[in-house]
Amino acid sequence: MDDHPTKRDRARAASKGEIFDLPRVRARLGGLRGRQYWRCLEELADNPSFWRHAAREFPSSAPPDAFSRRDFLRLMGASLALAGLGACARRPAEKIVPYVRAPEEIVPGKPLFYATAMPLNGGAIGVLAESHMGRPTKIEGNPAHPSSLGATDIFAQASVLTLYDPDRSQTLSYRGHIRPWSAFVSELAPVLQEKRKKKGQGLRILSETVNSPTLAQQMGALLAAYPGARWHQYEPASRHNGRAGSLLAFGEYVDARYRFDQAQVVLALDADPLGADPGSVRYIRDFARRRRPHDEAAFIRLYAVECSPSNTGAAADHRLPLAPSQIELFARALASRLGVGGMEPQLPPPIERYRDWLEAVARDLKAHAGKSIVMAGERQPATVHALAHAINLALGNSGRTVIYTAPVEARPVDQIESLSALVGDMRAGNVDCLVMLGGNPVYNAPADLNFAEALSKVPLTIHLSLYHNETSYLCQWHIPEAHYLESWSDCRAEDGTVSIIQPLIAPLYGGKTAHEVVAALTGSPNRSSYEIVREYWRARFGAARFETLWERALHDGIVEGSALAPKPVRLVSGFKSRLSSPPPRQREAANPNPEALEIVFAPDPTIGDGRFANNGWLQELPKPLTKLTWENAALVSPATAERLGLKNDLLFSGRTVSVDLVEIAHQGRSVRAPVWIMPGHPDGAITVHLGYGRTRAGRVGTGNGFDAYRLRTTSSLWLGSGVEIGKTGQKHLLASTQTHFTMAGRDLVRAASFAAYRRDPHLALAHQAHEPKQDESLYPGFRYDGYAWGMAIDLSACVGCNACVVACQAENNIPVVGKEQVLRGREMHWLRVDRYYQGDPENPATSFQPVPCMHCENAPCEVVCPVAATAHSAEGLNDMVYNRCVGTRYCSNNCPYKVRRFNFLQYADWETPSLKPLRNPDVTVRSRGVMEKCTYCVQRINHAKIEAQKQGRKVRDGEIQTACQQACPAEAIVFGDINDPGSKVSSMKAEPRNYGILTELNTRPRTTYLARLTHPNPELQSGAKK
Amino acid sequence: MAQIFHPSTNTISKVSLFAGVFLLAAFFSSLAAIYRSPYVTQAEVVREQPVQFSHKHHVGDDGIDCRYCHTSVEESAFAGIPPTKTCMNCHSQIWSDSPTLAPVRQSLDAGTPIAWNRVHNLPDFVYFDHSIHVNKGVGCVTCHGRVDRMPLTWQQQSLLMEWCLECHRQPERYVRPRAEVFNMDWQPPGDALALGRKLVREYEIQSPAVLTSCSTCHR
Repeated sequence: MDDHPTKRDRARAASKGEIFDLPRVRARLGGLRGRQYWRCLEELADNPSFWRHAAREFPSSAPPDAFSRRDFLRLMGASLALAGLGACARRPAEKIVPYVRAPEEIVPGKPLFYATAMPLNGGAIGVLAESHMGRPTKIEGNPAHPSSLGATDIFAQASVLTLYDPDRSQTLSYRGHIRPWSAFVSELAPVLQEKRKKKGQGLRILSETVNSPTLAQQMGALLAAYPGARWHQYEPASRHNGRAGSLLAFGEYVDARYRFDQAQVVLALDADPLGADPGSVRYIRDFARRRRPHDEAAFIRLYAVECSPSNTGAAADHRLPLAPSQIELFARALASRLGVGGMEPQLPPPIERYRDWLEAVARDLKAHAGKSIVMAGERQPATVHALAHAINLALGNSGRTVIYTAPVEARPVDQIESLSALVGDMRAGNVDCLVMLGGNPVYNAPADLNFAEALSKVPLTIHLSLYHNETSYLCQWHIPEAHYLESWSDCRAEDGTVSIIQPLIAPLYGGKTAHEVVAALTGSPNRSSYEIVREYWRARFGAARFETLWERALHDGIVEGSALAPKPVRLVSGFKSRLSSPPPRQREAANPNPEALEIVFAPDPTIGDGRFANNGWLQELPKPLTKLTWENAALVSPATAERLGLKNDLLFSGRTVSVDLVEIAHQGRSVRAPVWIMPGHPDGAITVHLGYGRTRAGRVGTGNGFDAYRLRTTSSLWLGSGVEIGKTGQKHLLASTQTHFTMAGRDLVRAASFAAYRRDPHLALAHQAHEPKQDESLYPGFRYDGYAWGMAIDLSACVGCNACVVACQAENNIPVVGKEQVLRGREMHWLRVDRYYQGDPENPATSFQPVPCMHCENAPCEVVCPVAATAHSAEGLNDMVYNRCVGTRYCSNNCPYKVRRFNFLQYADWETPSLKPLRNPDVTVRSRGVMEKCTYCVQRINHAKIEAQKQGRKVRDGEIQTACQQACPAEAIVFGDINDPGSKVSSMKAEPRNYGILTELNTRPRTTYLARLTHPNPELQSGAKK
Repeated sequence: MAQIFHPSTNTISKVSLFAGVFLLAAFFSSLAAIYRSPYVTQAEVVREQPVQFSHKHHVGDDGIDCRYCHTSVEESAFAGIPPTKTCMNCHSQIWSDSPTLAPVRQSLDAGTPIAWNRVHNLPDFVYFDHSIHVNKGVGCVTCHGRVDRMPLTWQQQSLLMEWCLECHRQPERYVRPRAEVFNMDWQPPGDALALGRKLVREYEIQSPAVLTSCSTCHR
């Protein structure tokens, strides 16, 4: 009970400044030598209470209300008796239900993979969906697809859970009453007839960004049939500024693709190509391949100038935190040094501090002209985008490292203008029928538009949506949408490559696609999207070769040769004069009041713009940098927090953080939000994440976090200024896994600069820890005559994207436990990604370290299990046998890596029917009272071994990919046979930068790490980060 | 003071001490026996089925190969239960009016599958793979018994883990040439053990250490 802080404890801690005290931290940092990693500010401050909490494995497993010995004995007796009785029962009889007529391709018990694509935010990722006898269970990347190359992101991995989400909208409804599709069609008919007469006057379509060629053609046909109708597009996290920047620079819409594989130096201006930006899976792959030490000329250098700390900033060799408004000043100053004429070479005062940094980056970019990239992030105003384009043109990067193409989306428009025009017309009574194809504008439209109020003025509203959400609630007709795994459609990826989307399963709830709704509007309500998509492609492919090309496109997952061709671009004439007078919407952010706080809006790193709010996997996924789960928080820098008198207090378990609840006021609107002190955040700014505070998301997503959309307006879409923060005096508990399972300052993450490593790899990575000899063990060793499975994780490649964590969850039937259980440190992820900081909390270097089970040779867990439920296999796996486990948790207590997870409660949902088909049939669904952990995906090992043995050969290197490895965009995780000297994993383990963690305990882990290599600019090495 | 206990008490107490050990042993061994008995394992208990399907007739009398119906036994973990269509391949021609087969015809007409009662039911935490056993020379008979003599099907073996381990510990005593896997009558010619050892080498059957690792079957 001693770890429940009393009020007095907390008061004492606060009065002493024990929790977090910035000057004390600085003093402590000053006295440190070498690299010192830390995970949270409390640890950095060497807060004694932090260490007290960190030392306990299951601090909150002690029940809060101790019950008496008698109660305990009574309960134990009853449990024993029941357990004994339960064991007497025979297994229940089961049925086997074969097919009536067996489908041709299906071999019972063997999965099939179908190529399809997941559209998201105007782009798409090609996937292979695993189907077990007709039910999709797992998403893998499509190696043939240019956006995927076999990898996936968290959204693709989690999309299969959305498919089976029991909260999905299940019926078509009119004002809340269930209606069949035929009723919708017949009631729509007179409306459409009248609309035809009036040439479509008053008919409006609102869609999200459309990148489906078929849907675009259908929309064209619809607008031709109803010339007075209008098509609007709005998506909250679309490329609003990117489009405007392209117009500003080139006078036309173009898309840019960046070739990290061709580049030597990259500067990201508030861009997050290795994190949240669309197309990041491909960017991470290209980037990570250039961070391996084999070839000096190929090692890429990354600079990041950013406001909110991002994965890109963490991966960068040099990171400069700047308040959002200063980034434009920085970009202008940089442009003047890189031959973009018309810029003031004078540095404005806020940038003057960073003169050395700026000059060094400018020199580096110039030295690598034609092999460099300058990219602007979506949050930055159009000017910054235009400047980045101009710099790339001036450096000769265009056509080499920056490829311009025609736009990927079917009809690029200024979506804010488009939505504002629609709302204006709605309010003026010019809209009498509004059809919304997806989207959730009631929740996510800019607050100043007051979309909900305008919607009430429209006589007929129709909403197609996956969920019955905030917008559906205010619409008359709601049509359940088919999930992409249930749909026929098509979509363009970021480079223009088209994929045909094919269904893995018939719509579970009779969902309709946008194609079918648009067809209904144009008078063919009974056309299936299969017919519609095929008809479009029949015209494109030509009738003669249609079937062949169609089959091939379905099989490959891409339409060959559909990528957009590179397009030559030129700056518009008068570019400079345009820059000096950007439109007011962009002006506002660039000209703030220097005294006020600036605000940054960003899509949430795990639930995006809010569309994934009801996905438990994504809700519980720790956000890459804050490690927060289940909700969002407003991020501020340590110094700003100090100035405002805000605190993060680590509570009893070290998993619970009590933070201040504040009132954030912006442009006359305000929300209450918890504040998270974020190392590396620039001062004078606050970051809020969109996507939370949903009121009608479903049982998982409703009510988590605060709704940042309520502060977002058309004039401050991504950035705003003049934000005031008022303390409410209230506290709020956040569930952050940040301090979980801390490893107490040992040498766990190792890093060196690439240059030092080239000079002497061993010296660069020297460390003091005592490494015991192999035979220093009382237990007899094991012999491995056949395979010996092992894993190597390259920390140089890992960017902390979390795809591995969700992939593991999907593959291994890992349950979701909820915020309350995460607060107790009971999250079940078999694989976690640890985040370490190093250096000054104002701008720390950030490292990620994925930690699965180490499969130790001398496993501390094995020897303490009283029932031999965890045992060593003949191939070196540390097996976990669920049916033997009695739940003593000795193994977890004895595990130095803290990778074992215990089912304290019945976490796996055995009741909900729609979740049953989601499960991987090759992995046991665990029940309460059982320990579990990473198995190295033993089901995949066994499958591969069986297939190899049937063919009379050994398992080939690379044939077994663990789920985390397969999902990893960075190819950071490599698995294989370490008994085979020719295997990839053996060659990685032979590198000098290979090391195991906590090897001083003589555990001899099978999972080892390759030290992180950075590539700092020698000119800056004494200065900023690293 | 008079003695409380009669002298015979000594004998009784000695006997009961001695017998107690036996009683305890008897108690536990009967528990073990019950656990291994068909009452719990359901071995040799005939299951009722929606259609009175006789393996004895189809395999024993007609000589139909196992793989005609259990099509995926050589390539998949699951041996496969034949779709209704497979039954009707023959029974649309012969016995096409038999009342016994009414449920089968009905299934095909209505498109609703026949729900058979599972005979071999492994716990969910055990992952058995038919294909690898068949490919390594484990005969159908070894686990399923003389199916060709079963009018209605029953489970021949206990399916307890100790039974699985008997073979995983010494596969040479159970394997047969691949060609004889589906043969119901095969008897090892001559020295069975020598043949077994030869086959284990030839088929590269993994060592007992690998075969008895937990994760070979549990995951």
